[in-house]
Amino acid sequence: MVILASLLNGAGPVSAIDVMAALMGAGTGEAFFVVTELRLPRTIIALITGLALGLAGAILQSMTRNPLAEPGLLGVSAGSGFAVALAILWGASTATITTMVAQLGALAGCALVIAATRVQGLGNDPVRLVLAGATLSSLLMALTSMLMLMDQRAADEIRFWITGSVAGKSLSMLWATLPFILVGLALIGILARPLAAMALGEKAAVGLGHHPGRIRFLITVTVALLVGSATALAGPLIFVGLVVPFIARAFSGPDIRKTLWLCVPIGPAVVLGADVVSRLIATPSEMPLGVVTALIGAPVLLAIVRAGRMPSL
Amino acid sequence: MSHTKTATLKAESITLAHRQFIVAENLSLSLPTGKVTAIVGPNGCGKSTLLNGLARIHAPREGSVLLDGKDIHRLPSKEVARKLALLPQDNTAPEGLTVADLVRFGRQPHQGWMTQWSKEDQQAINQAVLAADVADLSGRALDTLSGGQRQRAWIAMAVAQQTPLLLLDEPTSALDLGHQIEVFELIRALSRQGKTIAMVVHDLVNACRYADHMVAMKSGTIIEEGTPADIVTPELVKELYGVHCDLLQDPATGCPLLANLRPCNS
Repeated sequence: MVILASLLNGAGPVSAIDVMAALMGAGTGEAFFVVTELRLPRTIIALITGLALGLAGAILQSMTRNPLAEPGLLGVSAGSGFAVALAILWGASTATITTMVAQLGALAGCALVIAATRVQGLGNDPVRLVLAGATLSSLLMALTSMLMLMDQRAADEIRFWITGSVAGKSLSMLWATLPFILVGLALIGILARPLAAMALGEKAAVGLGHHPGRIRFLITVTVALLVGSATALAGPLIFVGLVVPFIARAFSGPDIRKTLWLCVPIGPAVVLGADVVSRLIATPSEMPLGVVTALIGAPVLLAIVRAGRMPSL
Repeated sequence: MSHTKTATLKAESITLAHRQFIVAENLSLSLPTGKVTAIVGPNGCGKSTLLNGLARIHAPREGSVLLDGKDIHRLPSKEVARKLALLPQDNTAPEGLTVADLVRFGRQPHQGWMTQWSKEDQQAINQAVLAADVADLSGRALDTLSGGQRQRAWIAMAVAQQTPLLLLDEPTSALDLGHQIEVFELIRALSRQGKTIAMVVHDLVNACRYADHMVAMKSGTIIEEGTPADIVTPELVKELYGVHCDLLQDPATGCPLLANLRPCNS
């Protein structure tokens, strides 16, 4: 349904009938262009981004046992964003380089987060971890802004990208990130069972034949792959990794494996839904997607924190 | 129990350390097959560290832990988990996890990446749930259970692993008297069915009652080892805990009973 809404709405005067016709491979030239070149890639990219961010959020939260551990809030996205901004400043423009750089940035950000949860006292206090992450995020954002002051051309490109948007992205970017996302998804498939066991405590996981250190490392890599790809595709979108697992958990109960399955439809639906809203809310112009996800996510964050008792994962 | 296989576990002059600090030095221990071994000693004597060493949580700095004669740290962890189950002290469960969910985790060592839930798995679960007497609790969330029920659910998970060896770290530490007895009786019943069990126990009285074999530790070394009736003496109690006591014999069970406990300086 959301997919249909995404194809039907947006800039360019195209009627629903024309959209259908274009999808069937017929229709007027303009409608065909709008649907296949603008809306279809945008829809696919939004779906993939939602999938990647939702799953990344779910596994990071499960591993840190912190329902607030959202890649966007904790600086993983900001690390990725900063790395890409740096790459743009240095003249990188091809999709592949941007993707690689985004992954590396995300990996650095993610490693910092995991290290922080291992620091005594920080790991068992969800709110303090988020504060630490927010500090890291702000620092990276400030550095990104500084980069924008250094070069006018780069600044325009970065500004367009940094607010988070799936508009005007070509499918070539998708092809560049898809391999990374697929590896990330495969890793999740392998890690789901040991990750579930980790929720029983590290020693219990060893007792069941798992290797906590190895799992932690692979989860870090997986989060970096997924968030890096999503950031390369759509810019740093915050709160998606918080909202999607939050909704999924409400239906799945405590088992991370069920949560992950539910994130598969919910993640894409949330991002695409937010993107449709971003197109409609300020027609004829558009609101950046990042703004819409933040508007949706902030109340959810407040709700979780204000629930008084943090749900333990 | 459907499985009659046994496995041996022993430590050969192991030294266990937390970073620079050596907790236990040159310990050797062999668990008697089919018996309950209780590791006792004062706080900080290294008894939990020894158990974690036996369970491969803690790698020894020197010496080795041998599972069926092979170095436990050279065996694939999953293979070890099919022979040795562990009930750690600091286990946690996500909110809302049910007893049935928990017990199912016990089958993980027997499953491959792709293998589906098998009939064998279901049988193991059913047996474990019956053995630990948690069948009527299976739909309940762990956080709604009493301490004793929760501990029995965790033991059911370990039983579902169908291992010949079971290690428990202070299985009754947070329980009241009734729940302690309930858990100890279950442990004894499991050993009667052929499991080799080792547990760290705080309470010397219950250790005397429920252990076939006792290992007394002080400051990182094993000072006595044998049946409770043989090794528990007023001298041992004084050495371990620094208190005087008189020793009686339980008229019903014949095991040693501590009485008239009093500080040494009075």
